[in-house]
This record gives sequence, C-alpha cells and structure tokens, in this order.
Amino acid sequence: MADTIKIRAQVQGDIADIRILMQHPMETGQRKDEKGDLLPVNFIKTFRVLHNGQPLIDGQLNTSVSKNPLFAFKARGIKTGDRLTVSWNDNLGDKRQDEITVA
Amino acid sequence: MNELRRKLLRGSSAALLTPLLGTGLLLPGRVVAAEWNKTAFTARNVNDALKAWGAANAAESRDIVIQAPEIAENGAKVEIDITSLVPATRSIAVFADKNPMPLCAALEFSGNAVAYCRVQVKLAETTRVRAVARAADGKTYVAFREIKVTLGGCGG
Repeated sequence: MADTIKIRAQVQGDIADIRILMQHPMETGQRKDEKGDLLPVNFIKTFRVLHNGQPLIDGQLNTSVSKNPLFAFKARGIKTGDRLTVSWNDNLGDKRQDEITVA
Repeated sequence: MNELRRKLLRGSSAALLTPLLGTGLLLPGRVVAAEWNKTAFTARNVNDALKAWGAANAAESRDIVIQAPEIAENGAKVEIDITSLVPATRSIAVFADKNPMPLCAALEFSGNAVAYCRVQVKLAETTRVRAVARAADGKTYVAFREIKVTLGGCGG
C-alpha cells in the first residue's frame, strides 16, 4: 500500500497555493541494486487534483520526475471548508487517493 | 490475468487514440483527461517528443516564465517553476532536451486553476529545458532555459 499523499492549501486573498507531496520511489528502470540487478521501472503515470469533486489539475508524468515529488499549483476561488482530493495511478497498477478540507 | 489486461490497455488505448489527437476529434484534456500520451512520453529525442505532443511548431514566447536554478548540484531533484501568461493556457508540458526520454511531465488546467506549476524533475546532464504551453485554441508556445547539472540524476 502506497504512502499518504500530503496535501497543503494556503489561501492568500484571491489565490490559493496548493502543495502536493506524493510519496513514490519513481524508479527509472536504469538504477541497479547492490547485487547489480536492475531495479524495475516504477513511476506515477497520471494524477488528478479535484476541487469539491471538480477537476482542477490533470497530470501525466514520466520516469524523469523526482522520487517523492513535490508539486505546487495555484487556483482561484478556493475557500475554507472546500475539499481537495488528489489521486494517482502508477505503471504497476498501484494507486492512492487522499483528501483534505481546506482550513 | 491482471498482466494480460495491462498489456491490452497499454497496447490498444495509446495506439488508437494518439492519431486522433491532432485531428481535433479528441481534444486533449477534455475527453480523455487522464490518458497517458505514450508516444510523447517514450520518445527518445526531443524533436520526436515535441512532435508527438503536437508542439513541433510552437512559437517562442516571452509569456512563459521559467524559474530554475542556473546550476543544479544534484540532478535527481531539480525544482522548476513555470508560469504561463499566454491567454487561456490549458496545459504546460516540461521537456529536458538531453534526458533519455525528454518529456518529463504534462499538466492540464481546468476550472479555476492558474496556469502555474512547480515540478521536481531528474536531469541526466546539463541540458536545455523547455516549457510548452498550449492555449485553448490549440496553439502552442515555448520558452527555454539552460540548467547546468553537476551530478546526473538518472543512473545510480
């Protein structure tokens, strides 16, 4: 089971800053372990950010995104009490979804 | 069972849908929101990746602002800030010219999202990074930035 997605939202006037940390190894398939065997490629392919159930961001990623990547976005019209949902799917069929209520 | 299903998905969906992307039959983002653009992501050089992304003829624009370190000591985590001031920007895609697979990430904006993103990418070596913004009318715009990398982030 994948680790929690950390989601932070900070409303500053009209615009909210959204920060999302997805905990994932993001293996390129080029790295080797101590025994010299190649580590299998494992990366998040798609992720989605929803604001009160409506799409805000749709992301497609490659193996070249960093391990445990942090993303930041901005959006208007986000208020205290709104829901932000983030979900991702990786190339091996693993997935994770987490939600926060904007404080 | 599961493996077979994955093969089918991988084999069919990308191959069937991507030829339609350029025709306007399928507008990226609207109809197939979370479809991974396999052709663009697995392209081995930046020209093929740009072509597959429909951005081969992107016009250079000063309305795309890339903020990134001039020198990245660790290529495994390079933070890049991109803001697009191109009116009605629908998506931003990040390419690293010299990475084994240049297309790093593509982000599509809906609703009240601002055309801004911060991403963390791996850079194999010193490279030119490009940000491609696509407007609602389908036109693409590009901006460049050179990032020097002291320690590559792809192998290990």
